[in-house]
Amino acid sequence: MSALVLDGLTKRYGPVTAVHGASLRIPHGQFVCLLGPSGCGKTTLLRMIAGLEDPSGGRLVIDGRDITTAPAHTREFGMVFQSLALFPHLTAGENIAYPLRIRGASKAEQRKRAEELLELVRLPGVADRPVSKLSGGQRQRVAIARALALSPKLFLLDEPLSALDAKLREAMQIELKQLQQRLGITTIVVTHDQREAMTMADLVVVMSQGRIHQAAPPMEVYRQPADAFVADFIGMTNLLEGEVTAPGTAIVPGGTLHLPDLPPTGRVLLSVRPEDVVVHPAGTDGPNRLTGTLSFMRDLGASVEFRIDVAGREIVALSRPQDRPPVAPGGALSVEFPPAACVVLPPMAERPQ
Amino acid sequence: MIRRAPRGLAEHAPILFPALMLVVFFVIPFSLMIAVSVFRRVPGGFYEPDLVFANYERFLTAFFGGVMSFSLGLAALVAVLSVGIAFPFTYRLVKLPRGAQIRWLVFLLSILSLSEVIIGFAWSTLLSRTAGITNLFVALGLMAEPQSLSPSFGALLAGLVYQAFPYTVLVLYPALARLDPYLEEAARTLGSSPLRAFFTVVVPGLRNTIVATTIMVFVFALGSYLLPQLLGRPQHWTLSVLITDQAIYQSNMPFAAAMAVFLVLVSLALVGLALLAGRREETA
Repeated sequence: MSALVLDGLTKRYGPVTAVHGASLRIPHGQFVCLLGPSGCGKTTLLRMIAGLEDPSGGRLVIDGRDITTAPAHTREFGMVFQSLALFPHLTAGENIAYPLRIRGASKAEQRKRAEELLELVRLPGVADRPVSKLSGGQRQRVAIARALALSPKLFLLDEPLSALDAKLREAMQIELKQLQQRLGITTIVVTHDQREAMTMADLVVVMSQGRIHQAAPPMEVYRQPADAFVADFIGMTNLLEGEVTAPGTAIVPGGTLHLPDLPPTGRVLLSVRPEDVVVHPAGTDGPNRLTGTLSFMRDLGASVEFRIDVAGREIVALSRPQDRPPVAPGGALSVEFPPAACVVLPPMAERPQ
Repeated sequence: MIRRAPRGLAEHAPILFPALMLVVFFVIPFSLMIAVSVFRRVPGGFYEPDLVFANYERFLTAFFGGVMSFSLGLAALVAVLSVGIAFPFTYRLVKLPRGAQIRWLVFLLSILSLSEVIIGFAWSTLLSRTAGITNLFVALGLMAEPQSLSPSFGALLAGLVYQAFPYTVLVLYPALARLDPYLEEAARTLGSSPLRAFFTVVVPGLRNTIVATTIMVFVFALGSYLLPQLLGRPQHWTLSVLITDQAIYQSNMPFAAAMAVFLVLVSLALVGLALLAGRREETA
């Protein structure tokens, strides 16, 4: 059974539609990342789930209970804000105990729970410190502890790590994931950082222009992108426009590819990841090869990046340094697109932009 | 922006003119006033130089004590009421779209530009028996016959709060505009109703701003001079009225000067307190 069901959730601000009929089923205990460029509606969607925005349409159901119109303070979800929103007039411990104070818990009870939670986020002994005396990472942990104080059914985080420096962010990603696994709490994180989403999430929800493009496990989003937007947004990819002329055969700029999963006819879009493109010396023959000219090459240490001009289009390929063909920029190359690596997408015209 | 202390005469030049003006028009007259306050009054005449503290001793009389405590009490009440009304108002104001905020601020500034005389007469007309608001109540069937609501303590209080309100909003505005709007939302996700969030997060979070603003409005109201005479009865006359009375009508310059010095010192001390409260929030 799904813990949380979004059924056609929509948010309009006057003529602007921020979220466009978002539907999603989130099972219990899942770690979900709402991923997309800024302004794609991911934060609005999270805020609707939290009860901070009223949906213009659609339903929100948790454990079979419709909470579409329930006020935020009755939902009992924990939320971490991008600005963290720690209460400046309270100490770290008082911040964490705030929801307990609101519910009338005793001072001793508040204190005990605050210390438990500080222990949980590995920040013991700072309960009496004012939040202004804490470092960025410590505030982060206090905000997380506060959101978890009531053992909420749903843990919501809005770009929680964006204010931290790269190194700390990496560490917090791992810690957040471990914490979520330990507690088994259904978690929804909003992020624009695809690396963050790919490394933490069980389910990545890719959004753009207020629409959900794909909701799938990270590797599926990467290997089987639903459309050109997802393919392009997640990692780097080569997009090839083609025309199916015969069953299993597509004409692309610079040659013909034979692929098993092609539609019977019409225009198609192919996505091939740079690491799947195989670079061969010019003149060698084989299936699914196109000929191009090397325009640029750079060493990335673990791999070599090639930029190859194939019939006026730039193809990016990554290969291991030992597989590098003996060619200098300006030289000719043969580029192979293995059938298994080519993902067939709906043609560009259907790409909602 | 360059943020360093100015060096040399050239860089200090821009503040020389205001500094000079402050000395000529505040420090010198105030020093003269302090001097006069220890002079001796010559009955039937004016005053002559001396060093007596008789004028300050009169502060201990019951009459002076009564006026003093009424002035302070009135100013305190006006300050508390103004902040009490203006704080929730400003809290809503900063959440409005920018255009609406600007229209409100222009409107409030135009109230602030009204002179005390206009405000006083407007209120006394509004509260009068012949043309006042009670006629409207009678027309609506809420009252049997129109009555005069002014002069009275209530009328004075209403007039002073009306005058202080736009000032209070303008003092509160920057602090409330800077307040992280997510604080209230965070409180709501943690189980507080919007009203509860306001009282447990917004108000305590801005405690020092509220204290500082209350003191500023207190000082503002302490100097009220015209409204007590226009909207209040003689027992509602404030220290400022008493000072004028002594200086102009009783020709007792030394006593008036002593009271004025006292009033300025109380005001300065309170402004100092307000700055202190404001600064503590900045560093927090």
